[in-house]
Amino acid sequence: MSILVNKDSRVVVQGITGKEGTFHTQQCIEYGTNVVAGVTPGKGGTMWEGKVPVYNTVAEAVEKEGANAALIFVPPAFCADAVAEAVDAGVEVIVTITEGIPALDMMKVKRSMKGKSVRMVGPNCPGVITPEECKLGIMPGYIFKKGPVGLISRSGTLTYEAVWQCTERGIGQSTCIGIGGDPIVGSTQVDLLKLFNEDPETELVVLIGEIGGTAEEEAAEYIKEEFTKPVVAFVAGRTAPPGRRMGHAGAIIAGGKGTAAEKIAALKEAGVHVAESPAEIGATVARVLGK
Amino acid sequence: MKVHEYQAKEIFKEYGIPVPKGGLATTPQEARKVAEEVGGNLWVVKAQIHAGGRGKGGGVKLARSLDEVEQVASQIIGMTLVTHQTGPEGKLVKKVLVEEGLNIEKELYLGMVIDRSTECPVMMASTEGGVEIEKVAAETPEKILKAYVDPALGMLPFYARKLAFGLGLSGDLLKKGISFMTNLYKAFIEKDASLAEINPLVITKEGDIIALDAKMNFDDDALYRHPDIAAMRDLDEEDPLEVEAKKYDLNYIKLDGNIGCMVNGAGLAMATMDIIKIYGGEPANFLDVGGAASAERVENAFRILLSDPNVRAVLVNIFGGIVRCDRVASGIAQAAKNLKVEVPMVVRLEGTNRDEGMKILQESGLSFITATSMAEAAEKVVQAAGLK
Repeated sequence: MSILVNKDSRVVVQGITGKEGTFHTQQCIEYGTNVVAGVTPGKGGTMWEGKVPVYNTVAEAVEKEGANAALIFVPPAFCADAVAEAVDAGVEVIVTITEGIPALDMMKVKRSMKGKSVRMVGPNCPGVITPEECKLGIMPGYIFKKGPVGLISRSGTLTYEAVWQCTERGIGQSTCIGIGGDPIVGSTQVDLLKLFNEDPETELVVLIGEIGGTAEEEAAEYIKEEFTKPVVAFVAGRTAPPGRRMGHAGAIIAGGKGTAAEKIAALKEAGVHVAESPAEIGATVARVLGK
Repeated sequence: MKVHEYQAKEIFKEYGIPVPKGGLATTPQEARKVAEEVGGNLWVVKAQIHAGGRGKGGGVKLARSLDEVEQVASQIIGMTLVTHQTGPEGKLVKKVLVEEGLNIEKELYLGMVIDRSTECPVMMASTEGGVEIEKVAAETPEKILKAYVDPALGMLPFYARKLAFGLGLSGDLLKKGISFMTNLYKAFIEKDASLAEINPLVITKEGDIIALDAKMNFDDDALYRHPDIAAMRDLDEEDPLEVEAKKYDLNYIKLDGNIGCMVNGAGLAMATMDIIKIYGGEPANFLDVGGAASAERVENAFRILLSDPNVRAVLVNIFGGIVRCDRVASGIAQAAKNLKVEVPMVVRLEGTNRDEGMKILQESGLSFITATSMAEAAEKVVQAAGLK
């Protein structure tokens, strides 16, 4: 078991013929991901790299190839459209790598998903990987290893750092998700913690947060109330200068929340094992797992 | 992206949101001319910088004659204005906004942002205008009224009514208030704003609702579809090193410490700053070289972070994924050679092609201190900077 994606995932890559799309699709296939189709409007009927059929619409990819997961590399100006198309086509999991989607576009798309069973990850994220089964993203596959740790992170390279610290100690992962660094993301920490709570293979979850917003506080509340597994966390940005990105009105909404100190306090309050240094994430996981 | 008050007010005018009569001036003579055109016998001269708290710092002054307008404008233009938002070094004032003075009956607050938790626009109103709204939020949060707007519906009248009645408006003022809020919502959405704030929003003795101040920020990711907003960018208001970094697509933020950092990825960059602090050092900057760290980009990154005279040692922390460590290492070696780096440099490479990368550094003949973990790298760079 794992969450979101596994060896049975049938992947359609939107934007497969672009430079980014081509490079990363290649990498995903090498990792073992079952890429069944690509979509580039206007290039339907061709074969990508001689091995993957390209369609004009996601609906066709779903109908003809049974695609149930989408990986999106479409440029920011057209990305909201691509996500909405995947939702409309009935894809179950959508992973959006694209960075720079306007916040208002994302707000509308997210709204349109309400009440539907589709789950989106990203945008502006490294993707999702279930080690040794399916890689839906741009992360270096070789640092991952199958095992009991679930990981949820707002950052890309810091995810790699945390995963590597675990893998080096022989501790593998069930599924790792980069949720993305944008203000509005497809899946929040709480959404994914709920999935990990139900996944028998996951014994512990690593939560990597950073300053801004209140997602970590909300995660802490959920962990305290309902989560049944141990959680190890690290929050980046203790030394970040205040107010560089948040305007006044944003601070009002957050009601004074948003700093690393407050997030760490909320997580500790919920019984989470917080690593004080980014170098100690792996060691903390090992200690909690008794390894 | 931030814009000046006068620019936010231009947008307001475009959307039929009432603002005081006024105009921009860059010299005291121009200020006098604007005041003459505006007419009346009371004017306000306001420094145009991006930071808030201008009034307290002496950047906003009243004038009761044209001579006085000229005189206060000459005091403000060219002054270095220090407010709680500029930092101790302050900001040089180059422009002033000259406006008619209003007969103020009451000061209110109105703001709008996209709320991350509910993922929808929220408009906020308060009767406690003209003061620091953060203070109101912390001490008397019940005095801030909020309307969470369903983006599919838009600013329906009932949302505005809820806020306007909450502010105690009635009769003609109620209508004006609703129209003000509806137009503000429209401007915010159509221009892809990330924040709009009017503090104070005033009710005049004549019974009008006017935006006495105006602040707007915009979503950088949406600027491509708003050339008019993008053209409002004022590079004078940004740190020159940060402007330079943006040219090369580097995400750089200058800080006050003395250990220069070059990292790939924003989260890892923040974590690197954190660990430097844990070992007793202070980061000189945040720098994310991004996913496509070519040799040229690495060299530009070095040039920018080394042009900060406070930097006494540099820490390079790269976790190669798609970015291969050997490519980054070539960039570092090339940069160190071309730029004649004179401060000690600690390099930590991990991930894809780490060994090849380390080999390139060792064979370059330049002196690097190497480290294998983040903790070791941080400890070594703090030592190298002579802080321990």
